[in-house]
Amino acid sequence: MMPIFRKEVLENLRDRRVLINTLIIGPLVGPLIFAAIMTFMFQQTIDRAEAELELPVAGIEHAPNLIGFLERQGVVIKEAPEDPETAVRQEEEEIVLRIPEGFAESWDDGRPARVEILADMSQRYAGTTRSRVQNLLQAYNQQIGHVRLQLRGVSPDITEPVMIRTLDLSTPESRGGMLLAFLPYVVFLSVFIGAMHMAIDTTAGERERKSLEPLLINPLPRWQIMAGKLLATTAFALATLALGLVAFTWSMRLLPSEQMDMALNLDFFIALKTFVLVLPVALLAAGLLTILSAFAKSFREAQSYMGLVMFVPMIPSFWIFINPTRTEEWMTFIPLLSQSVLILEMVRGETPNLLWMGYSFATTLAVALVLAVIAGGLYNRPGLIFGKG
Amino acid sequence: MIETHALRKTFGKVVAVDEVSFVARDGQITGLLGPNGAGKTSTLRMLYTLLKPDSGSMAIDGIDPQSDPLAIKRRLGVVPDSRGLYDRLTARENIAYYGQLHGMKKRAIESRTREMAELLDMNEFIERKTEGFSQGQRVKVAIARALIHDPQTVLLDEPSNGLDVMTTRALRKFLHHLRDQGRCVVLSTHIMQEVAALCDRIVIISHGRIAADGTAEELLQRSGEPSLEDAFVKLIGTDEGLLA
Repeated sequence: MMPIFRKEVLENLRDRRVLINTLIIGPLVGPLIFAAIMTFMFQQTIDRAEAELELPVAGIEHAPNLIGFLERQGVVIKEAPEDPETAVRQEEEEIVLRIPEGFAESWDDGRPARVEILADMSQRYAGTTRSRVQNLLQAYNQQIGHVRLQLRGVSPDITEPVMIRTLDLSTPESRGGMLLAFLPYVVFLSVFIGAMHMAIDTTAGERERKSLEPLLINPLPRWQIMAGKLLATTAFALATLALGLVAFTWSMRLLPSEQMDMALNLDFFIALKTFVLVLPVALLAAGLLTILSAFAKSFREAQSYMGLVMFVPMIPSFWIFINPTRTEEWMTFIPLLSQSVLILEMVRGETPNLLWMGYSFATTLAVALVLAVIAGGLYNRPGLIFGKG
Repeated sequence: MIETHALRKTFGKVVAVDEVSFVARDGQITGLLGPNGAGKTSTLRMLYTLLKPDSGSMAIDGIDPQSDPLAIKRRLGVVPDSRGLYDRLTARENIAYYGQLHGMKKRAIESRTREMAELLDMNEFIERKTEGFSQGQRVKVAIARALIHDPQTVLLDEPSNGLDVMTTRALRKFLHHLRDQGRCVVLSTHIMQEVAALCDRIVIISHGRIAADGTAEELLQRSGEPSLEDAFVKLIGTDEGLLA
C-alpha cells in the first residue's frame, strides 16, 4: 500500500499542471475572491452610510417646511425627473420622494399628509438609502406631532404608551461571523479541488495510460492498491485544505473590519481546529471522487462527471443560507452540514460543544469509510480493468 | 510449468476461449500462435488471474491461479499487451515501483535492476523519464519491470509488437537466455517467423480452440506442407488475420 501511495504522490508532484491547479490555484482562488468581494462590500456599505444623501423630490413646492427640515439634516435636495416611477424602475434613480399636490391641504386640515417613497425594493442597494430617508421623515413626523400636542397643552408622552428599544447584543465577533458564513463552502471547495485531480489521475488516468492491467498483476490484494491511491488523494486534499485555510486566515487580515465594527474571528488556532474538523471530509471527498472516476474510461470523461459533484460542497451552505436556524444536535450527525454549522459557531466566537464535534467527526468518518470500502471493491470488476465497464 | 485443461471463457454470446488445453514446460519457450482475436490474450489473462474461466482447470507449478491468485502473481512475470509505463517516472523508477509492490528490499531492487539493465542494454536511458520512449525502449522497461522479482514463469503477450529488427533480435536473445536459465517462457504472437525462430513448442490457437500443438517439425510433418507458413494456414484452415 505504501509504495502505491508514494508513487502516486511522487508522480503527481512531477506534473507542473497538477501543482499549479491543485496546490496553488485551488487553495488561493477561494480566499482571494472572497477577500476581494468582502473588501468591495465593506467599502460600499461604508460609503453609503457616510456619503451625503442626495434625494430627488417630486413636488418640492408642495411642502417647503419638510424640504427645509431635510436640508437642515444635510440632505441634498434635487428636482426629480419627469416620470419618477420609470426613473426608479430603470435604475436611473435609486429612490425618489414624492410630495403629492394635496399635501398642503391635508396638512392645514390636520389630516395625515401623504408623502411617497418610490424605490425598487428588489434592488439590494435600495435598502440603506430608503431606511435613511424613512428615518428622517419619521423624525420630522415626530417633531411636528410633538409640537402640535404641546400647542394644545398635551404632553407628547401620552402618544407613546410603550417605548420600544432593541438592545443589540451582537458582538463584533458575531457580526463578523455573519460575513464568514461562506467559510465552510470555501473550505469544502478547497478539499474537493485538492482531491479531484488525484482521484482522476490515479483511476481513470491509470486506465487511459493502460497501466492498470500491469499494475493489477502485482501480488497485492486489490483493496490495498485502491487504499494506496485513496490515501494519496486524501493527502492532496489535506494539503490543499491546509494551504487554503492559511490563505483564508491571512486574507481576512487585509479586510477593513474595524471600520465596520466587526471582528473576523479567524485566527490560526481556529483554522487548526477547522482543519481537524474537516479531516474526515478529505477522505470522504477522495472516496466519492475516486468511485466516480474509476468508472470513467478517460481523463476527460472523468472530468465531465466532476462538474456535477462540485455542487456537493455547496449544499450545506445553501441550506444554512435558506434556513438560518440555531445549531441543533441532529445537524451534527450529517457530514458537511455538521462541519458547516460548527465552523460557523467557531467564527462567531462561540466554543462548540466537544461532543458535537465528536459526532461530526465520527459520522463523517463512518460515511467516508463506507465510500472507501466501496472504492476498494471496484477493481474486482473485470469490466473496470479492461475498459468494458 | 503451466498446465491448462479444457479452459473456456465466454463474453456474453462470444466464445473467446473454447476448451483450451496445453502444457508449457520449464526450460522451454512455448508460443501461442494464432490470428488476432483467436483467444490468446484471454487465455493469458486467465493464467495471470485477471479473468476467471467459465470452466476448465489450470495450474502453474501445481498452484491453481483461482484458489491462490497472490501466490501465482509472485511466481509470474507478465508483460501484458498494454505496456502501461508511467511517463512522469524514469525507467528506473518504473522498475523499482514494481519491485516495491513485490515487497523487495531496496538493495535487492537495485542489484536486480543493474542486472536487467545490462542484459537488456538499457543503461543509456534508464535514468530518463519514459515520456517519449520508443516502442523498443518501452518494451525493455516493461520486461525489466515484470521480471524484477526473478519469476520462474514468464508470460509475454505479443512482445515484439511494434519493434524494429534490432530490438526484436535483442529480445529473442534475451528470451533464449531466460529459457537457458530453466524458466518456463510462454509468449503469444500472430507472427509466424517469430515462433519459428524462437519457440521450442508451438500451440496454434484459432477461434478459441487449439488447432495444433507440437514442435515446428511435428507441425510440418502433420500438415504435409513444406513451409511453416503453409502448415499454419492449413492447420487453422484459413489465412484470415495472419497478415496483420
